Amino acid sequence: MDLPTIWFCIIALFWLGYLFLEGFDFGVGMLLPKLGRNDTERRVLVNTIGPVWDGNEVWLIVAGGATFAAFPGWYASLFSSAYLPLLAVLVGLIGRGVAFEYRGKVDSVRWRRNWDRVIFLGSLIPAFGVGLLLSWNVLGLPLDANGDRVGSAFAAFRLDTVLGALAVVGYALVHGGIFLSLKTAGELRTRARLLTMRLAPIALLPLVALLLMVQLREGSAWTWVPIGTVAVAGVFALARLAAGREGQAFSLVGVAVAGTVVALFGALYPNVLPSTIDPAFSLSIADTASSGYTLTVMTWVAAFGTPAVLVYQGWTYWVFRKRIGTHHIPAVHTP
Amino acid sequence: MDVLELARWQFGITTVYHFLMVPLTIGLSVLVAGMQTAWVRTGKVQYLKMTKFWGKLLLVNFAMGVVTGIVQEFQFGMAWSEYSRFVGDVFGAPLAMEGLVAFFVESTFLGLWIFGWDRLSKKVHLACAWAFSLATIASAYFILAANSWMQHPVGAEFVDGRPRLTSIWAVLGNSTVLAAFPHAIAGAFGVAAAFLVGIAAWHLWRKHRDGNGDPEDGTADERSTAEAEDRRVWRGSVRVGGWVGLVSFAVLAISGDFQGKLMFDQQPMKMASAEALCSTESPAGFSVFAYGDVARPDCENVKSFTVPTLLSFLANGDFASEVKGVEQLIDEYGAKYGTHYPDDPRLGELAGQPVDYVPNLPVTYWGFRLMIGFGALATAAAAWVLWLTRRDRIPRTKWFPRLALAGIATPFLANSFGWIFTEMGRQPFVVVPNPNPSGVDGVWMYTAQGVSGLTAGEVLASLITLTLVYGVLAGIEVFLMVRYARAGVAGVMPPEEPTDDESGESGDTLAFAY
Ligand code: HDD
Ligand code: HEM
Ligand code: HEM
Repeated sequence: MDLPTIWFCIIALFWLGYLFLEGFDFGVGMLLPKLGRNDTERRVLVNTIGPVWDGNEVWLIVAGGATFAAFPGWYASLFSSAYLPLLAVLVGLIGRGVAFEYRGKVDSVRWRRNWDRVIFLGSLIPAFGVGLLLSWNVLGLPLDANGDRVGSAFAAFRLDTVLGALAVVGYALVHGGIFLSLKTAGELRTRARLLTMRLAPIALLPLVALLLMVQLREGSAWTWVPIGTVAVAGVFALARLAAGREGQAFSLVGVAVAGTVVALFGALYPNVLPSTIDPAFSLSIADTASSGYTLTVMTWVAAFGTPAVLVYQGWTYWVFRKRIGTHHIPAVHTP
Repeated sequence: MDVLELARWQFGITTVYHFLMVPLTIGLSVLVAGMQTAWVRTGKVQYLKMTKFWGKLLLVNFAMGVVTGIVQEFQFGMAWSEYSRFVGDVFGAPLAMEGLVAFFVESTFLGLWIFGWDRLSKKVHLACAWAFSLATIASAYFILAANSWMQHPVGAEFVDGRPRLTSIWAVLGNSTVLAAFPHAIAGAFGVAAAFLVGIAAWHLWRKHRDGNGDPEDGTADERSTAEAEDRRVWRGSVRVGGWVGLVSFAVLAISGDFQGKLMFDQQPMKMASAEALCSTESPAGFSVFAYGDVARPDCENVKSFTVPTLLSFLANGDFASEVKGVEQLIDEYGAKYGTHYPDDPRLGELAGQPVDYVPNLPVTYWGFRLMIGFGALATAAAAWVLWLTRRDRIPRTKWFPRLALAGIATPFLANSFGWIFTEMGRQPFVVVPNPNPSGVDGVWMYTAQGVSGLTAGEVLASLITLTLVYGVLAGIEVFLMVRYARAGVAGVMPPEEPTDDESGESGDTLAFAY
């Protein structure tokens, strides 16, 4: 494999890390009003992701930054064409990050209720926006020869890409539910599991539809393999969840996300961003890759950096491995 | 307003805003790690209290630094796509390194630090504090290297109309970043120092005014030990802050002098604009203060108080050198880089128009002076507080806390003006050409060429949205800061503090939860 192709795979890997990790953060945020019946329960839910949400979000920053460095043209065209959805993602992430940190800092029902709303919307909107972005990226944008979007701010909106947005929202709900069954104790754990089982058949439908649509339009024979993997892993994940083996279910979701990312990026290859106006305007790996020297430098950084990140982030999950229940939550102490 | 103007306002507003949080985070996280080290080494509760109190304020600020940073990262592609395409090969690398090397460490170890009080051994927990505070400094290095490359492109060659990286070491070792890094880090410590001094001075003064013993529970004895401890917390913070402030300013002045000399060499137009120096002078005087209309490059009507020959010294290390003025530089830049914008439809109204090589003179002239002036005020405040609190003294005058609190604003202002000067002083370029052979020749880009092909409505929408969101959040952050700062140590130490529990995992409840 040549360096640009390797970097195409590394960027897919960053997206995989992001979708898997922040996927359950989003899910927890979206399930907050439904699952948390009182403030202590809501605090349990928020605290399951308390130590890790920021580290998870950095996967998105690195996916963006690495695209900038390795494929400047891809970064520039995608981010400028998807201006408004990205703005919504940013505003959502801004609110959510601040909400986690500030929600417990004042002892008032109104204060906490408002921040809970921000957490809910700040999880829903970015999940939706990221899904939109990814499906635009795979299905194509109206790009001209320079890689600029043709037409108005809304020229890129298409109904079929909404499927991608719903797919990420639905997946995040299920993934978050499984994560909560794994990380909470007592009654909350049972409720999280039952709710997830009930949600899953509907919530995962858009993902299945998206994968089939992409496969039928852009896929090749081999991309049936990852799609098959997604289906098998998904079914098994729910079965293990039903059996009360949340850890296994959680890992199987990881396999399903990996399959999804491989299927989507596989359908994209060797393009990085198709143009819907004229295939000649599509951006390909070869057109947009940075120079060999830059990619070599970046490869060294990624080769040392990424495993280190996996080790210390893995260690964080180990340190905070215990389930949390309502009896673990300390009394509120604010000035 | 057109897309260009809107995008520039947006970049300026969001970046200056990000840089309100950034220096406080950098400076305070290192100082908090230092306080925690003192606690771990001496076991004195006063250091634990210091760590917890300043640590809480740090967290309130950190969250805002993080969320505004994400906007920065994405904004290049969103609003400056031509620029991103142009510089990506070079500029993307330090940006991606910042994420992979610094942000991951920062965010992960911060999480461990916040939630790890009862999960990690004291030493490991302390190591987490150092990991994230050093990572904030690392992140500063990478982003400043990226920014310095825009001020002084090095380590690249020009191929097919775009710069291509030839040496990452040249980019990371750019003379410009070697000077800017100590300058920006010292500026960050200056902010944290004034923050410590202001808040602690107020508490110290109030404790003194109120005398011993708030009406709380506990025996009189317990109360007075707690009181004495609190007093040591505030005294310690004031003294640390005062000294850090003095040292920072020394570093700022020295590194700033280096930056000045580099600027003379690399960006003569910025140098001339910083001085509103219209015509070439040798030797040149340093203008301390001017009135009249500095906006006009021909200097009609400007009266200025100057220190003779000082500018020559600042620029070139001797008192006789010639410093080029704006008028001569306009001709030189025109001859080198062309007098008119290219006839490119992407440039909109500017296509084929004459290039205005002079940055906004009032902004550069006053920005430079306000940076130094507010920095000098901050230093004077630090020195004054150190003097007043010498040998266990506590000043009684009510001016003491008022001025110390007001002093918190000065280094923030100095930092903002420093950036506004640096960034607006390089206009009309986004990547500045260097007339001097120390940089790469031929690598440069006009700001007008860098902007994305968006509709003005989109950029206006984001400008309004982000400004509103940032405005609301600023109010909330200040509200929380004030609340926690006023409450003092009692606000951050839960009543049944589990002290000295080496075993970790004490009891059933978490030591900290959101
Ligand atoms: C001199 C220092 C400095 C400067 C000039 C900038 N930043 Fe910054 N940035 C930091 C120093 C910093 C920091 C101290 O490291 C922060 C503040 C709070 C934090 O978590 O890290 C940070 C946070 C931060 C984050 C969030 C990281 C996270 O989630 O943990 C991003 C994505 C950026 N920044 C990106 C940028 C970009 C693209 C900039 C240029 C326009 C920029 N920053 C200017
Ligand atoms: C955090 C500190 C910084 C501050 C306060 C700051 C401030 C500003 C300001 C005020 C402008 C607008 C100038 C104008 O329109 O005349 C600007 C522009 C810009 N800055 Fe910075 N800047 C900072 C750091 C950086 C860094 C680190 C980079 C790159 C790595 C950067 C890249 C840019 C770019 C690309 C523009 C383009 C828009 C323009 O020139 O108008 N800035 N900045
Ligand atoms: C004697 C005092 C000072 C001198 C001589 C000085 C000099 C300079 C110079 C020449 C630059 C521009 C570099 C360039 O564009 O090439 C600069 C930038 C800057 N200054 Fe200062 N400065 C001083 C004090 C301060 C203080 C007190 C602060 C903040 C607390 C500060 C913060 C900044 C910042 C944030 C920048 C922009 C970023 C950078 O280039 O590092 N400066 N300063």
